[in-house]
Amino acid sequence: MSHSTLNAPGTEEAAAADGRMATPLAKKDPRAQLRKHKTLVYTLRIALLVAVLAFWEISVNLWFDPFFYSKPSLIWDKLVTWFTDGTAQGSIWEQIAVTLQEAVYGFVIGSVAGVVLGILLGRARLLSEVLAPFIQAANAVPRIVLSAIFIIWFGLGMESKIATATVLVFFPVFFNAFQGAREVDRNLVNNARILGASRFQVLRSIVVPSATSWILASLHTAFGFALIGAIVGEFAGSTKGVGLLISTGLAAFDSAAIYAGMVISTVLALIAELVLGYVERRLLKWRPPSQSETVAV
Amino acid sequence: MTPPLVELSHATKRFLKADGGTHTAVSDISMTVGEGEFVAVVGPTGCGKSTTLSLVSGLEPPSEGTVDVAGSPVRGIPDGVGYMFQADAMLPWRNVIANVAAGPIWRGVSKSEAHDRAQDWITRVGLGGFEKSYMHQLSGGMRKRVALAQTLVNEPRILLMDEPFSALDVQTRALMQNELLDLWSGTGTAVIFVTHDLEEAIALADRVVVMTASPARIKDDFRINLPRPRNVEELRLTPEFIETYSKVWQSLSSEVETARKQGAARVA
Repeated sequence: MSHSTLNAPGTEEAAAADGRMATPLAKKDPRAQLRKHKTLVYTLRIALLVAVLAFWEISVNLWFDPFFYSKPSLIWDKLVTWFTDGTAQGSIWEQIAVTLQEAVYGFVIGSVAGVVLGILLGRARLLSEVLAPFIQAANAVPRIVLSAIFIIWFGLGMESKIATATVLVFFPVFFNAFQGAREVDRNLVNNARILGASRFQVLRSIVVPSATSWILASLHTAFGFALIGAIVGEFAGSTKGVGLLISTGLAAFDSAAIYAGMVISTVLALIAELVLGYVERRLLKWRPPSQSETVAV
Repeated sequence: MTPPLVELSHATKRFLKADGGTHTAVSDISMTVGEGEFVAVVGPTGCGKSTTLSLVSGLEPPSEGTVDVAGSPVRGIPDGVGYMFQADAMLPWRNVIANVAAGPIWRGVSKSEAHDRAQDWITRVGLGGFEKSYMHQLSGGMRKRVALAQTLVNEPRILLMDEPFSALDVQTRALMQNELLDLWSGTGTAVIFVTHDLEEAIALADRVVVMTASPARIKDDFRINLPRPRNVEELRLTPEFIETYSKVWQSLSSEVETARKQGAARVA
């Protein structure tokens, strides 16, 4: 362990004690240093993105056939066309709205079911022991394939996509809620029981909040799965949606359209991630800041 | 004659081990605790002292024998029992006042009434001004105060304490011991205080029960005739205290020795 890591990071004493840091730099406002660090990170991110896109554009111009690989400028043109003139299937906003609606419904139904069943089974030992092999088997089914069955059951409309998104969301949320409900600190439960909590009150006031951090962690990935479910469902057969744009692009060998569809779904997933991150911070504000969040300056 | 507040009679508790065998935590324990009595239970580390508290609290039923609280056998958690655990058991996602008010609310007291009582106890344990703090923002000593307020707000007739101050530094521990005595005196609450620290036991209690190395049995039961009110830091220096200490230590030391041998055998 080096000398500098033994000191509390960020204090001037620590900086002064460290010979290499005994420069006027150490006297600077730590917040200014933090800002500088953040600016650096963002600059490097943008530089990386630009470099990758430029490399793609240039290499396709020089060596590859844009028909197969497309290139950033063509994808950008495609996106501009979609947003200004609309798509062959109608307004782009309508396609996005449909996909988003399917994903959100699937996400809500799948995560509510996952949380409720997960917590229930996490607290009911006999039930979870009986059901364990069945749940493992259900989890092992390649669920993407179910989208085909759902189209037969529910038709080409939204319901079949919601069903696909739901089954994709359910399992990760279920397993996390189950684990979260199991790992509740026995001390907390015993203490609450002594203080007078009924079984239901223990469940509501201790088990559910304890499992929340587990559940929230799974919701991040779950929304991604919901989008995948909606798009794959649309891909398999539909009349609207971003997945349909991609499958139409595939049918027409329009690789720019496939990429453009991917870009749209990526942006949707990133926006959802931001919203979930905000919700998570609000719900978990009681938690002490973790090591990685306390940035050393 | 009214029955004693707590009565354990030939109580034995065995646990199933992971390898299928059984582990006897406490064996054939008989003891009584009267109203308002402060009883300390000492024994070597890991001997099964805490199990005694689990039996009285109803968290664990005895494998053999009986446990009575206020004259009736313990089934589930008896009325009027408070239990302060060794580890922190407050809810980290609730602030201080919500933690302290939890007990009364769970017991059906209205929210505003529960908050009034909680506020009162927070002030009494010296945490006024920290009502809105979360557990991770408090020091170890302050967390113990929250735990104390959380337990006492239910006004227990029997207070079970499982090495509550063992994680604290020496000065904070002495401070908390004095405050515990202040809060307890005159309430008529019976206390069963488990500790491996003999000084602490003698300084606080009316009686010190010595337990044997695992499986724990009751070896001796000493009456501590030191005057109250007590200041634990000053009391420790008095000749009476030292005399009592050496008397009880004679009983305890051989058990500590045995426990060390058991521990060494397990390591080897």
